[in-house]
Amino acid sequence: MNRLLAAGQGLVDWVDARFPLVSTWKYHLSEYYAPKNFNFWYYFGSLAMIVLVLQIVTGIFLTMNYKPDAAYAFGSVEYIMRDVAGGWFIRYAHSTGASMFFVVVYLHMMRALLYGSYRKPRELLWILGCLIYLVLMAEAFFGYLLPWGQMSYWGAQVIVNLFSSVPLIGPDLAVWIRGDYLVSDATLNRFFALHVIALPLVLVGLVFLHLVALHEVGSNNPDGIDIKKNKDPVTGHPVDGIPFFPYYVVKDLIGIVVFFMVFAAILFFGPEMGGYFLEYNNFLPADPLQTPAHIAPVWYFTPFYAMLRAVPAMFGSQFPGVAVMGAAVLILFALPWLDRSPVRSIRYKGPIFKWALGIFVVSFLILGYLGVATTDVWGKMPAFLPIIGGVEVATIVSRVLTLAYFGFFLLMPWYSAIDKCKPEPERVTA
Amino acid sequence: MSNPSTLAAPAATAAPMGDRRKFLLLATAAGGAVGAAGTVAPFVSSWFPSERAKAAGAPVDVEIGALEPGMLVRAEWRGQPVWIVKRTPEMLATLDKVKERLADPESKAPQQPDYARNATRSIKPEVLVLVGICTHLGCSPSDRLQPTPEWAGGFYCPCHGSVFDLAGRVFAGMPAPSNLVVPPHMYVSDTRLRVGEDSKGA
Repeated sequence: MNRLLAAGQGLVDWVDARFPLVSTWKYHLSEYYAPKNFNFWYYFGSLAMIVLVLQIVTGIFLTMNYKPDAAYAFGSVEYIMRDVAGGWFIRYAHSTGASMFFVVVYLHMMRALLYGSYRKPRELLWILGCLIYLVLMAEAFFGYLLPWGQMSYWGAQVIVNLFSSVPLIGPDLAVWIRGDYLVSDATLNRFFALHVIALPLVLVGLVFLHLVALHEVGSNNPDGIDIKKNKDPVTGHPVDGIPFFPYYVVKDLIGIVVFFMVFAAILFFGPEMGGYFLEYNNFLPADPLQTPAHIAPVWYFTPFYAMLRAVPAMFGSQFPGVAVMGAAVLILFALPWLDRSPVRSIRYKGPIFKWALGIFVVSFLILGYLGVATTDVWGKMPAFLPIIGGVEVATIVSRVLTLAYFGFFLLMPWYSAIDKCKPEPERVTA
Repeated sequence: MSNPSTLAAPAATAAPMGDRRKFLLLATAAGGAVGAAGTVAPFVSSWFPSERAKAAGAPVDVEIGALEPGMLVRAEWRGQPVWIVKRTPEMLATLDKVKERLADPESKAPQQPDYARNATRSIKPEVLVLVGICTHLGCSPSDRLQPTPEWAGGFYCPCHGSVFDLAGRVFAGMPAPSNLVVPPHMYVSDTRLRVGEDSKGA
């Protein structure tokens, strides 16, 4: 036994003389001190990484039977579902994983909003996270075309046409993206390449940089205070920190187990989630001549889609709607510089911020609902009203909520500065 | 020369050499940038439609002799749906009634060939030829041709709710910014319609 241990130590020493093995382990795990007061919200970072791995593994196995050809794509997916042993499991794991990726990432972003994790010195960490979100949306969009169902086809048609509304170069740009005058085999082939090679590489690279940035500045915590200010004079470690390994590795493992229980329940009992994870129309092969009667993107895009629909065409162009939708995502990047509150965490922020965040979250959720529903879901405004009479209620509501969404960000420099905050504690609270 | 401080010294002290070096560095970088841009070009151009895709845009002929008044027939041209509607006199009568609610009733925007820039947006008044792609974001609107008391007859886009009249003209305040496109077309014979080519272009 002792000889075995000695041999193991010898191997580690041999590697360590040629590669920073032990020091990397210490820097990122066994001596990475994270605040000891992490709560439920801190599960979602590690869960996002697990889902990324899951998507890569299931994705690799899907490509072994999938054919990126307009004539065979739909059939090859059905082949995977019916004829490949275990194929249905791999496919449903991948499609469920896509939706769960967004669930986890949205909750991860919510955590940052709650506890001010985007504030100095974590601006770059936040920006890298926003880039991950942006790439993830592109990745999901490209992937959704691949089954070549009706929703795949018309969803891609709508999104690519967003680019054709760009002034001057728009129509040529859309042709360039499609590689044809309409969504076709050329489009499918290139989206496949982007979905399985280009964007996953970018995504993994960004996640790596996100972690490097995190471990440079250290994790925030629910109190939003800096644990590095209070170090043990003997050890030099933060008194309110505990090493990531083993403590948070074990905590995250619990989260992962619970996550996979939920994941398995969806995978085995409702992989289509009533049409929200996989839309019913996508079980029909793509038909370029016939748009389905109701088209909506997958749920994770719907808040932005509702904003797109809310903006009417102006000056004979639909570009304003597209610009609003793009701005809704890009405005996230500016968040670190919009918040002027003296404290980070919602625990010590004043009532205005709490209300603003509440309105923001509710707006986002209702916009998400309106993005799935048809525009006439709530009927029309009474005809006797001036200006808005006869306009669909849902359109008016989405306009108001779009303003609320942007108001949360654009008014933040003002309301976060005048808000009555509570004093932050010296040490983290339990 | 392995000492970094001795390496750095000449550049710091001898200014003329420094300028020369700066120039050479810039020239090399500029040359490299031109080369890099040239290398990127084939990758960028590989995304444009291939010769095969361009060739697929040939005109198509449609036999419309059997088309009953009030009916719509779909053809495919360049992979896009093309609608051919034979309008009844009642349908044609709606075109004038909806006029003031339209965004572009006179078809001023170049969404049709000159020979279709008239009150019915067609060569023969009753036969309407349209590309069945919404000018908003490219969905294919559904046809609701028959006029009812609250519906003038026309096309409704399921994606974002744009409404078009029986000449493919968009109603004001819709997400779609312009009228539906009338493709170039011509009559080869009285009942044979050619889409994608017209007498001028032939």
